[in-house]
Amino acid sequence: MSPLGKAMPWLAGLVLLLAAAASLFIGRVNVAPAEILHGLTSPDLSLAGLVVTELRLPRAILAILVGAALGLSGAVLQGLLRNPLAEPGLLGVTSGAAVGAVLAIYFGLTQVAGLAAPMMGLLGAMGAGAITFAFGRGGTLTLILAGSAVSGLMAAFLALALNFAPSPYAAYEITVWMLGSLSERSWDHVLLVAPFILAGLGVLGLMGRAIDALALGEVQAASLGIDLDRTRLLALIGVGLSVGAATSVTGAVGFIGLVAPHLVRPFVGHRPSRTLLPSAFLGAALLLLADILTRVIHTSSELRLGVVTSLIGAPFFFWLVLRLRKTAP
Amino acid sequence: MSRLAATELTVRRGGRAILDGLSCALEPGMLVAVVGANGAGKSTLLSVLAGLLKPDAGEVRLDDRPLGAIDRRELARRRAYLPQNPRAEWPISVERLVALGLTPQLPAFGGLAGGLEPRLTQAIAECDLTAHRHQPATTLSGGELARAMLARALIGDPQVLIADEPIAGLDPRHALDTAGRLAALAAGGKLVVAAFHDLTLAARYTTHLLALRDGRLAAFGTTGQVLTPALIRQVFDVEAAVSGAGSTAHVDFRAPT
Repeated sequence: MSPLGKAMPWLAGLVLLLAAAASLFIGRVNVAPAEILHGLTSPDLSLAGLVVTELRLPRAILAILVGAALGLSGAVLQGLLRNPLAEPGLLGVTSGAAVGAVLAIYFGLTQVAGLAAPMMGLLGAMGAGAITFAFGRGGTLTLILAGSAVSGLMAAFLALALNFAPSPYAAYEITVWMLGSLSERSWDHVLLVAPFILAGLGVLGLMGRAIDALALGEVQAASLGIDLDRTRLLALIGVGLSVGAATSVTGAVGFIGLVAPHLVRPFVGHRPSRTLLPSAFLGAALLLLADILTRVIHTSSELRLGVVTSLIGAPFFFWLVLRLRKTAP
Repeated sequence: MSRLAATELTVRRGGRAILDGLSCALEPGMLVAVVGANGAGKSTLLSVLAGLLKPDAGEVRLDDRPLGAIDRRELARRRAYLPQNPRAEWPISVERLVALGLTPQLPAFGGLAGGLEPRLTQAIAECDLTAHRHQPATTLSGGELARAMLARALIGDPQVLIADEPIAGLDPRHALDTAGRLAALAAGGKLVVAAFHDLTLAARYTTHLLALRDGRLAAFGTTGQVLTPALIRQVFDVEAAVSGAGSTAHVDFRAPT
């Protein structure tokens, strides 16, 4: 492998560190860098300290967790399916989480408990993952078909919720939630979803050997001792926990999971296992940068995170299609 | 030294028996050519022998243990399997592709241990791929890829090699080369089972012939005894002349008159 390939996890980690630092120093409220450092290191209750420890720090940590979940899930699914267009939403857990959170808004639970939306989102993701597993066992193609069936069903539920929204305000709130955001997220949100995301990342991190062997196709991977059923189950559990929890707390954030592995792959000789860690780091860095953009571009109403990632990600998708057209036989 | 024993194998798909009560005992040192017309059940038999497809009835034993009772990684270390027309799904280098054959030998984490590097170099050289070592596997020609896949299968030094048409698509030199390597493996005490379409190559290089007709065993025995015009007529529905023996054997087909 090239020296650049060996250094890839470190490079991606460095990009992530820089993005995280930028995320702490850049925001709506101008805080001098010295005050930020002071706020991070001492527990006094200055305004600058509060801005950093109660607003920017949890927000940055959440962005890192969510971005890592999306990047790693994308890398694992692209490896599992051997398809460069695979993305974390394929298994239906993203839309499941959205339905859960939207139901919380629909029934006004968010007025009662602040964390109702992410909690219901978690339940929705788990439910959707369970349905995908129940119908999709036994083959990679069936898993994907079951995932898209679940996504379709969940999209129908979302449309239904919008259709019968109790008030225009609720409909507006649902729509806005679905555009994705990291604003107004607190330490409570971090503590709620971090265990699920970290557990999911841990499960996905175990899959390097299996997705490497899958570079030879499923039959040869099986002949090399890879348990395909177990591999698919681990992928579903890992993606369900990490992306399900991520979507529950941020809403839909597209393209990160699709894009991050592609930025890494050429540098690691296209080895599926070597894309995992750098994809997680780069996914986190991309989400941090997208979140910074939502804060520095001043608009009358908040520029939503999912909008920014889609605006940046969609052209990338076009580029990918063009490149595939050129390299495809 | 490992042996494979199949008893009463039956595989049904859509109400049709693809394998029908097939039994055979394959011993170390054999190079077995599995021959038969298209759809005779060659690939199915090889998948079942490799433990990748569970038969609807019957069982395969590797050294007197049913395949289903052997841990999948242990099985992967002891037998290698090559499907028909294997593909590389990512543009990984030839070196990486061949090294994947060591998957069952390696711990779950960490790369190739230093001690395995010479083996990798040797496996690549043996399959005449040294010039392509760092080339993306997806840019290889069909025959080069077939050789890379064979290197992948052999690098783990399996006791049993099961290959589905390992010679299809190879140019004459590499076809002879590969058949010679399979024969040398068998001569070294391994068991090699491979589907063959080229009966002349089978006649010259294999020790045994296993002929299938409609999922049933048509014949099994030493190649010299079994490969006769009568068997070819029975299995392929064509007239043929078999001349010579051993390294000068030749099989000629004639269209039915």
